[in-house]
Amino acid sequence: MPILSINHNSLEFQPGMTILEVARKNNIHIPTLCHLAGCTPTGQCRICVVEVGGTDELLPACETPAGEGMKIMTHSPGVHEARKTIIEMLVASGAHNCLVMQSPADSWNSDQKGIMEQPWHGGLCPAYGDCRLQDLAVEYDVHVKEDHLAWEGHPLDDATPIIVRDFSRCILCGRCVQACNDVQVNLAITPPWGRRADHPEGWYPAADYEACTHCGECVQACPVGALFDRKSFGKALANEMDHIRTTCPYCGVGCQLLLHVKDGKILKVTGVEDGSPNKGRLCVKGRFGFDFIYSEERLTSPLIKENGEFRKASWDEALDLVAQKFTTIIQESGPDALAGVSCARSINEDSYQMQKLFRAVFKTNNIDHCART
Amino acid sequence: MTNSFSEFAKAKLFLVIGSNMTEAHPVAATFLKNAVQNGARLIVVDPRKHRLTDFADIHLQLKVGCDIALLNGIMHVLIKEDLYDKDFALNKCTGFEALEKTVAEYPPQRAAEISGVDEDTIIRTARLLASIKPAMACYTLGITEHTCGKNNVMTVANLQMLLGNLGMELGGVNPLRGQNNVQGACDMGALPNVFPGYQRVDDPAARKKFESAWQVTDLPDKPGLMIPEMMHGLTNGKVRGFYIFGENLANTEPDMNKVAEELSSAEFIVCQDLFLTETTRFAHVVLPAAAWSENNGTFTNSERRVSRVRTASPPPGQAKPNWWIFKEIAKRFGHDWPSSSGKELWDNEISILAPALGGIKYGRIEQDGLQWPCPTPDHPGTAFLHKDGNFTHGKGVFMPADWTPPAEVPDAQYPFVLSTGRRLYHYHTRTQTGRCDGLNDLLGEERADISQTDAAQLGITQGERIRVKSRRGEVCVTTHVTPEVPPGMVWMAFHFTEGNANWLTHAALDPFTLTAEYKACAVQLEKIT
Repeated sequence: MPILSINHNSLEFQPGMTILEVARKNNIHIPTLCHLAGCTPTGQCRICVVEVGGTDELLPACETPAGEGMKIMTHSPGVHEARKTIIEMLVASGAHNCLVMQSPADSWNSDQKGIMEQPWHGGLCPAYGDCRLQDLAVEYDVHVKEDHLAWEGHPLDDATPIIVRDFSRCILCGRCVQACNDVQVNLAITPPWGRRADHPEGWYPAADYEACTHCGECVQACPVGALFDRKSFGKALANEMDHIRTTCPYCGVGCQLLLHVKDGKILKVTGVEDGSPNKGRLCVKGRFGFDFIYSEERLTSPLIKENGEFRKASWDEALDLVAQKFTTIIQESGPDALAGVSCARSINEDSYQMQKLFRAVFKTNNIDHCART
Repeated sequence: MTNSFSEFAKAKLFLVIGSNMTEAHPVAATFLKNAVQNGARLIVVDPRKHRLTDFADIHLQLKVGCDIALLNGIMHVLIKEDLYDKDFALNKCTGFEALEKTVAEYPPQRAAEISGVDEDTIIRTARLLASIKPAMACYTLGITEHTCGKNNVMTVANLQMLLGNLGMELGGVNPLRGQNNVQGACDMGALPNVFPGYQRVDDPAARKKFESAWQVTDLPDKPGLMIPEMMHGLTNGKVRGFYIFGENLANTEPDMNKVAEELSSAEFIVCQDLFLTETTRFAHVVLPAAAWSENNGTFTNSERRVSRVRTASPPPGQAKPNWWIFKEIAKRFGHDWPSSSGKELWDNEISILAPALGGIKYGRIEQDGLQWPCPTPDHPGTAFLHKDGNFTHGKGVFMPADWTPPAEVPDAQYPFVLSTGRRLYHYHTRTQTGRCDGLNDLLGEERADISQTDAAQLGITQGERIRVKSRRGEVCVTTHVTPEVPPGMVWMAFHFTEGNANWLTHAALDPFTLTAEYKACAVQLEKIT
C-alpha cells in the first residue's frame, strides 16, 4: 500500500483516496466548508488547503488525490495564513455579524443596526452555535469590522411556508446545490452554469419551486445560517438542545431522525448522518411534520358519550365501562362478537399488546390492521 | 421487501410498478435516482407520468388495472425468445409448465390490446430485463389495491423468478410499505390468522406455545375476521363491540357513505387515538393515547429493519401509552401482565416468541436497527431473503394468473376511470400532517388531477371547481390539469374530508386479501354551473 506523510506521520492509503479522506481516516482534522459527504468535491471554498512539499501552491485537500511519498502539512504557518484570509473574505461577504453581537449594544455602529433591521436579523443568527464559519472565525481569530461587511443588496426568499433562504448569509459554498441535485435529485437548485456575464447580479443558489419538494436537505447541508426553517427560527440556540435519535412516524422507509429537543419539546428534526436506511436524508414530512404532537386539539382525557355528546371521564370509569360492555357482549354472543383494528403507525409493542388482548383475554382472532392498503 | 434500501444506490436495473415513489416514499426514491444518475436503467410501469418517469429509460403507461396482461406479455416474450433464467426457473422453482401455459395466451399483440402499451415497447422491455442481471422489482399499492391484487403480486414474483432475480443482492421483489409500521404490525400478529412471528393460529403447536407463554388456555383456533368483514359484521350484529386503535376508518375505507352506515350501526365502539377524528364521531368511548415521540418502542420498516423509537416528551394531560391501556383492560378481566415498558415487552416477550426476531434486543439496536430474520444474539441480521434460491418453502412456486379487469370499468354514464393514492405533503387523513405548520400551506385542499385533453374537451380550466360523481357518491373538488394524467383518467387522494376520493371509491374486494379496489372505479366529471 502506498504511503504519504501528514504532519510528519507516515500513513498508508488506498490509491484513489483524496488527501482529505486520508486525513479523516486517521483522525487528522482539516477544516471544510463546501465539502458534502458522498458528493464529488467542488473545491469551491478552498478552506481545506494544505501544504504539499515540493509544490509552490497550497492544494485543496478535498479534491487532491493522495500520492505516494507526499509530504503534507495541514496546519503550517502558510496554511494558517491562507485559511485566515479566506475566512476574512467569507465573513466580509455578507451579514455575518454574530461576533459583533457579542460586543456591547451601545458600541454597535450603523451597519450593525442596519443588519439588525433586516427581516430575520433582529436576534441571533439561526445557525449561532452551530455554524462552521463562526467556528472557523473563532478558531482562526478572525475579526471583521461591521462596516466591512457587505450585508446589503442580497436577495431574500421567504415567500414559501417552511424554508427561508437568506442569501445575505450565503457563502456560495454550493452544498445546497449538491444536496438538491446529487443527494435528493430534486433538481430544484440550479448550479451556476454559464458565463459570468450570465449572472450580472451575482449568482445565488435560488430554488425553483416547480421542482422543489421542500425536503429541507439544503437546510441540513447549509454550513451557515443562510438556509433555515421557520419552525425552529429563534426558538433555541444549538447548544441548548438535546439530541434524541428516533425513527420517522410516516412512510415505510423508516428514516432515522435526530430530534433537537429543548425543555421536552421538539424544535427541529435532522437526518442521522450515516444512519440506516436514510443516511441523513429526509423528506418534507419527516423533517417538518412533527409539531402535531403539540396541537391544542390533542385528546387529554378519556371521553364517554352520553346523550350523543362526549363528556370527560377518568381512566377507571372509561376502562371499567369498556370491560363491562365487552364482558356482556362475550357472555351474550361469544368472543367473536368483538373485533379490533390495530394501528400500523404505532410501535410494535402496542400491536403486540393489542393482539394479545384479543387472543389471550377476549379469546378471539378478530384482530387486523390496514396490512393490505 | 426481500431486499434492502441500501441496495438501491448500487442497483443496475429497476422495474418500478404501481409505485409513485417520489411522493409516497421520497427518501427511497432519492437512492433510486442516485443509481440512475450513476448509470442504472429504470423501467417504470404506471398509468401516470409521475415524477419518476422523468428518470426512466422506458415508461410503460398502461391502462389502469392491466398489470397482469402486461407482465404476462413480457414473460411471453422472455420464454419465446429464450431469454429467461432456465436454471433458476426450472431448478429453483416449481410450476414452470403452468406459467408457460398461461403466458402463452398473452402474445405481445394481445398484451398490447389489453394494456394499451404498444407491442414494440413490451418486447423492448422484455429484452432490457433479460440483458441486465439482476433487476430490483419495486411495487406499492398500485399492485395490491385491485380486485386482482393478490394475482398482481404473484405475477410480479413470477417475473422475478423467471428472470432469476431472487435470492441475491440488487434483485428481489420489493413492496414498499405504506405506513411506518405496517410491516411491524404484521410481524406482531395484528392479523386474524397468525400469532406474532407468523405462527398460525390454526396450528395446535403454535397455540400451545402461546398458551404456555401467556399462561392461558383455549386460545381460539379459528382465523378471525379481516377489516371489511368486521365492518360488515357491524351491520348484521355479528360484531357488537369494535375496538379501533389509531385508524380513521371513516375516511380511509372505500365508499365513505357505506362506511358511515356501518360504523353508525355499531352497538359499541371504542376509539383510541391522539385526536377526535371523523371516526371518533361514531365512538362510545374515546381513549387518549400517547403519540409517536411520547413512546419508547420500535418500528419495523419495509426492509424488515427493527429500529428504535424514543421518547422526547411526556404525553399531554392524561393520555397514556397504548400498551398501558391494553394492559389495564386485560387487568379488568383478571389478567395480570408482567411487562411494563416497551423494552420489557420486546426483550421479554416479542423477541422470545417470534423466532425471526429472537436475536434482536433493545441493547443491540441503540444505533442502527437490525433486519429480521435475526434468530440469535450473534446473528448480524438479513439484508436479503432467499439467498441462493433457498426459499422458505423449499422452492419458489410459480403462481400464474390470468388478467381480470377491474370490478367497475368506465361506461357511457361514468366514462372516466378514477384512481387514487397519496400526495407528498400529507399523510392519509391529515390527523397529523394537517396539524403541522407549513404542510397545510403547501397543500390546503383535495384536488382532482385530470388530463389537458379532457380539460379542453369539457371546457374545464386550471383550478376550476368541478363535480366528480360515481355510483356511490359525489364530491366538489378543485381541478388540477396536468400532463401526468392520461386522457380518460381522474386521479385523487384521500387526505381531506371534503373532496375525499373515498366518497367515490368502490368497495369491491380482492377475494383473497379483501383489499379494496382503490385504484379503479368509474366516475363522471361535471362542470359546476
